[in-house]
Amino acid sequence: MEFLYETILSVTWQQAVMWLIGFVLIFLAIKKDMEPTLLLPMGFGTLLVNIPGVDAIMEEGAITTLYNAGIANELFPLMLFIGIGAMIDFGPLLANPKLMIFGAAAQFGIFFTLCLASMFFGDNEAASIAIIGAADGPTAISVSNKLNCDPGIRGAIMVAAYSYMALVPIIQPPVIKLLTTKKERLIRMDNQSKPVSQTTKILFPIVIFMVAALVAPSAASLVFFLMFGNLIRECGVLNSLSDTAQKVLANLVTIFLGISISIQMTGDKFLQPTTLLVLGLGLFAFIFDTAGGVLLAKLLNLFLKKKINPMIGAAGISAFPMSGRIVHKMGLKEDPQNFLLMHSIGVNVSGQIASVVAGGMILSIFMG
Amino acid sequence: MEFNPERFVEMLPNMGYGMLGIFVVIGAIVVATYVLNSLFSKKQ
Repeated sequence: MEFLYETILSVTWQQAVMWLIGFVLIFLAIKKDMEPTLLLPMGFGTLLVNIPGVDAIMEEGAITTLYNAGIANELFPLMLFIGIGAMIDFGPLLANPKLMIFGAAAQFGIFFTLCLASMFFGDNEAASIAIIGAADGPTAISVSNKLNCDPGIRGAIMVAAYSYMALVPIIQPPVIKLLTTKKERLIRMDNQSKPVSQTTKILFPIVIFMVAALVAPSAASLVFFLMFGNLIRECGVLNSLSDTAQKVLANLVTIFLGISISIQMTGDKFLQPTTLLVLGLGLFAFIFDTAGGVLLAKLLNLFLKKKINPMIGAAGISAFPMSGRIVHKMGLKEDPQNFLLMHSIGVNVSGQIASVVAGGMILSIFMG
Repeated sequence: MEFNPERFVEMLPNMGYGMLGIFVVIGAIVVATYVLNSLFSKKQ
């Protein structure tokens, strides 16, 4: 009869705490609708991997096999990028390409956090923590894997990356309000968009890939999969593939990704003092990303006759489309006639490209 | 885990290179996009 209770008796306090964390992630996913596609499988997987003696995380267990098949070799994040690329409409950005500089500026948090994190961690770990600021799960997973980041903090990095993406509606508005005046938030922007030809939309992903890959080869595979997804969307002859990429592929990979990541959520790895530090630094990254975009817009306004609403700079964070919608809503709240959506979504889309480039920069710096 | 505050300053050049690199790549993409738009723009 001992077999009925020996597992229960061998549960450690760390595993019990991880169950609690798993329940919290499941609660946030279902009740608060916070990134449920990732937090639900992660939360439920956390419960599994913290059961004593479970074979799923043994050498040839199911979770271990999934992890080795798709996370350890970055396959799942790259395949997810096909789906993300297929979902993105670059039209608003192509109509106003100069908005891309705000996508670049909004990656400032990554590099500032790199400096902060380096005070506590080695180079690879600091860089892996900093890339939380990319606000992009696949990029964070890909970069931390390539840098051989300490497995002890990988779980915290992944939880931070996905949780903070869901918390963008809470993190960004106070930072934006702190850095802008009421007068600046009321600036109206011209909504006349130039028409963009379908040829441009088809050539754009090809050109982006070639430019980014030649300048930053470390980012080549990330950019390729993102732009491939976009190309099958825009080419007009692969509608069923585009549909599959946006829905079936993205959903399938997300299921496997969420469950596989949970292998990092064992009590011995996650419940370390460094976990809180990683979560704190990740939050800094998001805050300074927001600040970077807003402050660049304010700087440009010193020289421009036609002012930019600095709030759109905050949309350069890669949390698409949430960040763009948040900025638009903040604009409407200040002035119900001020429609910033086209600009904020354009900037938000550019943030997706810039975050991938930032991942490539980090890899170039630390891998040579 | 040790606290090394001098590492903040040591890492600043990497911050500079990284941000410069991003702006260079994005700048190249912006230029390429303007070229695409001018070559293939829809007639209004």
